[in-house]
Amino acid sequence: MITLTDVHKSFGAKQILRGVNLTVERGESCVIIGGSGTGKSVMLKCILGLVTPDRGTITVDGEEVSASGDRDAFLARFGMLFQGAALFDSLPVWQNVAFRLLRGSLKRPRHEAREIAIEKLRRVGLSPDVADQFPAELSGGMQKRVGLARAIAADPEIIFFDEPTTGLDPIMAGVINELIREIVVEMGATALTITHDMTSVRAIADKVAMLHGGKIRWHGPVAEMDTANDPYLTQFITGSAHGPIETVR
Amino acid sequence: MSTTRAANPILHLLARLGAAVLGTFAAVGRLTLFTLSTFRHMLTPPFYSREFFHALMNVGYLSLPVVGLTALFTGGALALQIYAGGARFSAEQVVPQIVALGVVRELGPVMVGLMMAARVTSSIAAEIATMKVTEQIDALVTLSTHPMKYLTAPRVLAGLLTVPFLVAVGDTVGVFGGWFVAIKSLDFNSATYLKNTIDFLEMPDIVSSLVKGAAFGVIATLMGCYFGMNSGRGAQGVGQATKSSVVAAAVLILAANFLLTQAFFAA
Repeated sequence: MITLTDVHKSFGAKQILRGVNLTVERGESCVIIGGSGTGKSVMLKCILGLVTPDRGTITVDGEEVSASGDRDAFLARFGMLFQGAALFDSLPVWQNVAFRLLRGSLKRPRHEAREIAIEKLRRVGLSPDVADQFPAELSGGMQKRVGLARAIAADPEIIFFDEPTTGLDPIMAGVINELIREIVVEMGATALTITHDMTSVRAIADKVAMLHGGKIRWHGPVAEMDTANDPYLTQFITGSAHGPIETVR
Repeated sequence: MSTTRAANPILHLLARLGAAVLGTFAAVGRLTLFTLSTFRHMLTPPFYSREFFHALMNVGYLSLPVVGLTALFTGGALALQIYAGGARFSAEQVVPQIVALGVVRELGPVMVGLMMAARVTSSIAAEIATMKVTEQIDALVTLSTHPMKYLTAPRVLAGLLTVPFLVAVGDTVGVFGGWFVAIKSLDFNSATYLKNTIDFLEMPDIVSSLVKGAAFGVIATLMGCYFGMNSGRGAQGVGQATKSSVVAAAVLILAANFLLTQAFFAA
């Protein structure tokens, strides 16, 4: 469904992606792992067209992302949960969730959009009285849930999760992981998650891809991750300071 | 070897000068493209009426107190200055005419423009820059909403439409400030002062004031949006964007004021 072929991206002299090749099948939950600054978020933004790759091709269902004529229709297939939730401060929670349903090609009547927003909030474990609050009034965990509700509000085919558990306590992180897994299975969506959190990886992933040195270092089913004979992957999943991945102390 | 050493500082200086000139041209080019893109998005659907209404309130209605107070004190101070200056050659009676001319042609639009740079440009730049660093702009794109249409076009349109109105208010309050000081402190006759003011002002004075207001409104809002959208990362990036936007808006407003004054009155 999503295919990246030889994708390169640099920012000035800094080369971030140096030939990424990856395929994510329809209905699969793929988790990208890798150290900080290895280009995981850049890769995600390249797929969405937020960042233009210097070289290589990215296709979604065979259609090249950069050549997609109707951006509105293309983006309507995606939902995304951002690392910091990226909720709009000036809008109440329900309007954040129903943002896409209040404008553009998916526009619905206001009362209907609100009902859908409240239903999605309920789906992520938030009560309807949260709907009229503003993002600044919510805790970090609640903001993540609202971000998740917004990501699924228009029933997208593909959902991206950027560091979904960063900054959350272990219990809330577990709740979010469970929600993501449930939602992805129940919607039959294709999911691409980037994270450092190995608990998330085991909870969410069907397949795991490790990004290191600007390339996909290892890619395979989550069940084979622990037995894979790759020193980079082993160092990353064990969190060891000793190994081929350079650490700065 | 010694020639190379002597030539190096000159080459270094020329290289730096060249880089600065090229950098300036690049910045002007980026700003021009941003401006053209803003006007294109202002004229093509979809239009975000809710965002436009909020921008109208923020740029226009909520600026009324600061514009009114600034104009009131400026008009009053101008009357005192003209009276004191005019007394040196027995021309105290010109206070109503000079206050009207000074406020309507110059001080009204410029003071409102600078107040816009202080109040509106800074708030727009800080808001949009914060949205950028917290990925809200990226979120807008993923939600099929063009940031230029949703954030920039409504704000600049609000600046274009409301600042002439604010200038009209500022002009009126400024003249009122001069009148108030003149009749309370300088022993002018109220009716005579107002008659002199109205008789002296001509339509081009008022039109130039409103045109300046529209231009300053566009500059103030556009600078806020431009620097916000191009903000660097983190709190420092937001601070830098806010500072740069206010400085650029203030300088461009004064430069535009000179050019417009020349266009209206040089002949």
